[in-house]
Order: sequence, then C-alpha cells, then structure tokens
Amino acid sequence: MSTRYELNKNLAQMLKGGVIMDVTTAEQARIAEDAGACAVMALERIPADIRSAGGVSRMSDPKMIKSIQKAVSIPVMAKVRIGHFGEAQILQAIEIDYIDESEVLSPADDTYHIDKTKFDVPFVCGAKDLGEALRRISEGASMIRTKGEPGTGDVVQAVRHMRLINQQLRTIQNTSEDELFQVAKDLQVPYDLVKIIHETGKLPVVNFAAGGIATPADAALMMQLGAEGIFVGSGIFKSGNPAKRAQAIVKAVTNFNDPKLLAELSEDLGEAMVGINEQEIELLMAQRGI
Amino acid sequence: MKKTIGVLSVQGAFEEHIKILKQLDVNCIELRKKTDLTEHSIDGLVLPGGESTVMGKLIRELDLFDPLKQLIEQGIPVLGTCAGLILLAGKIADDESLHFAAMDIVARRNAYGRQLGSFQADEEFDALGKIPMVFIRAPYIESVGEKAEVLARVDNHIVAAKQANMIVTSFHPELTDDLTVHQYFLSQI
Repeated sequence: MSTRYELNKNLAQMLKGGVIMDVTTAEQARIAEDAGACAVMALERIPADIRSAGGVSRMSDPKMIKSIQKAVSIPVMAKVRIGHFGEAQILQAIEIDYIDESEVLSPADDTYHIDKTKFDVPFVCGAKDLGEALRRISEGASMIRTKGEPGTGDVVQAVRHMRLINQQLRTIQNTSEDELFQVAKDLQVPYDLVKIIHETGKLPVVNFAAGGIATPADAALMMQLGAEGIFVGSGIFKSGNPAKRAQAIVKAVTNFNDPKLLAELSEDLGEAMVGINEQEIELLMAQRGI
Repeated sequence: MKKTIGVLSVQGAFEEHIKILKQLDVNCIELRKKTDLTEHSIDGLVLPGGESTVMGKLIRELDLFDPLKQLIEQGIPVLGTCAGLILLAGKIADDESLHFAAMDIVARRNAYGRQLGSFQADEEFDALGKIPMVFIRAPYIESVGEKAEVLARVDNHIVAAKQANMIVTSFHPELTDDLTVHQYFLSQI
C-alpha cells in the first residue's frame, strides 16, 4: 500500500465526527465554515436543483472552485462524473483536497469507474451496498459514503444503504474462513478486502452517510446507525435558515446520543427543505455506477 | 490506580488516540459536553487532530471552553496533536482567532498547503530516537518563546514542542503504531 494512499485515508479520519456541506458560492462556503463544517463540497448547483433542472450535469467551473478554496481554511472537495478521469485530472491540477466521483452528476462512463490509483489526490465514492463499496476501494477510493438519494430531503435510501452495508459487514465477520472465497465471488470484489473485513468487521476506510439528510434528527439517526460523519447537500441551503440549521446539524453529529440536546437543537430551525418522496422520484441517481 | 485521560471528542480522530491510550493501560473518557467533565475527574487531557475551526467552535458552544481552559491553566498534563496544537498556540500566523492560547509558540495553519502537501517522515523526537511522523494538512511551529522548548524538527521546521504541562505535535502520533509520543505524555502525569 502506497504512502500516498495511507495519507489520503488519514485525511478522511480527520474529518470523522464532522459535517461536509454542499456550497455553490464563496459566501455559502464561509457560512458553512462559520457554522462548523469540517469540509465543503464546491459545486455549481446543489443536487435538488440538478434534479429539477434536468439535462447533463458536469464538473464545476475551476474558477468557482478556486474562489471557494480562497474563501475558507477547511478542506475543499468537488465532484466529477463517474468514469470521467479527465475532469479528475483538472481537479487534481487545482489541488483539490478530495474528489467525489459522484452519481449526482451525469455519468461519463457506463462501464468503468475512474482508476483512482493513478491519482495523488484522494477520492470519495458512493455505495449502496458492500459490493459497491469494496469495488470502489479496490479502484483506489480512500473514503466511502452511502449514496442515499441526493437532492430529495428524504433519508430513507441513506438508511437502507447504511443498514445493508453494516449487515453485510457483520455477515462476513461471522462467515467461516473457508467460505470467504465464495463471498468474494458473489460480491464481485477482491478476496483480500473480504479477508480484512472478516478480521476487523469494518470497512478499511472511513464511511460517511450522504443523501437526503435534512434535519439534526436525520444526522443523529445516521450516526447511531454507524456513520462516521455526514454529508449534507441540499438540506442546508434549500432550507429557511441555512446558518442556524447548519450549526444544529454540526452539534447533532457530535452529540448524536443525547436526545435532550437534540431536542434543543431541533427547535425553531425554520422551514426544512420541502423534499420529494421516493415514490415521486423520476430519476434514481443511486442506480448510477454500480 | 489506573490513570484516566479525557480525550476531547467533539470532532476528528479521537478514537485513534483512545485506541493507543488503551494499549498503554489507561482509562479514557470522551469529552463531548460540559457534564462529561463534571461527572469524571481526569489526570490528563488529549486534544486530537481534526479541524481546528470546528473544534474551536464546538468547545465554546458546548460549554467546554472555560472548564478546559481552567484545567490547562491549573497544570493538567495536555497532549495536543495537529488541530490540538492550534488550540493551544499563543499566536497563529495569518489568523486572528485564538483558542486556549496557553503556549508560548507561533503556529502556522495548513503550513504545508493542501492535501497534496501531506507527507510522512521519520525524525528524532526529543532524545527518544527516530519515530514515524504523519503530517495531514499539517501546521508547523514558526517559533517558540522562552518558556517553550523544541522536541522535534523536520526540514528545519519545528514540529513538536513542550512547555510546562503541555506537549504539542504538528504530526499525528495517533495514526501510527508507534507509542513513543503517548508514552512520553503519560510519563509526565
């Protein structure tokens, strides 16, 4: 394992217990930093707007990303389309801190993900089950997040993905060692990664929850289900009072086991994003890139 | 009796510190809110790596700032790594926000640049020999005042220092298997 890959996994460790927020301008980035975001995701349109605008969604303008890098001292992430190593090379050239190879954007390749081992900057990728998570890790991802269903304000898919990944981890941990070869075959993942999970019961990289998280209660739910931190996309800047909601979600992630504090944090946050139910969705982004 | 170490656990790599401290046979208390300090008495304090802006904000909003500052000023042994170093620094170059400001050092945040500047090195730590040092978007110490002493340098930059009850490193001893820094910290208690 290369030192660079270890260092990239280490950066994700530093983000644990924190909230990564989607921002579209330098001003929003500063609001996020002041509210206690541990990193920001720079993108031109938040997922809810991508969803309503339709059309092809691509990497953001590097100039806009650079203005956000200048505005804050915390790590800055940005998204590339699945399989679009050209976009990833551009983001590496502007020294992005983390690349999200994301199903939120239109996929550029319907077969192959980016060979992330060819890059020095770290990658985070979405997963809805353990097979996807381990395939992304074998391609060089140094952090995983649930896919959830971005831009919906509906947490149900993130819950489903987190529960499924954890169930599969527990199953592998309890599987007899001589059956692990078949597990690797069924999941279509490298045997070595299955072996590591059998021994540790954990993913070998940090795992955050993402997709549809809109309230402090959603954040606390995901943390109690085993997330090591939270991505909040549309949930903050699509709500009535972004700064206050952002701060409340940050504190909810730190004290996710304290219902009394969570009750205080949940008071008077203004309107939550309206959201869209799973049955009403026309485009399931989580189906992209398996 | 076993020593009890309070590990600031509002954000960042606190679990990694706890894992190492447990190997060294001490009790650990996660400090997430004020009552964690009133319900337990601690013999030492660890300020872990993470994002210093986040921790600085959360310790104030969760009412941990004053009791922790008091403990530090009363002389409780403290280990601050990376963001923990920033929390303890008496001055931060290019940044007006200060936190405990207890140590006579000038620190520079993100001194090695963005993630592409993160690196690993093996260097001497005090007189204890070479240890692995992992730097993640790390700060370094530009200068130490009269009260502080240098414990380690990498490429002529100060990366570890000590002053009275406080030890700081700009690298992350919690990310390696080497126990030197934590043993050194526990020996001060």
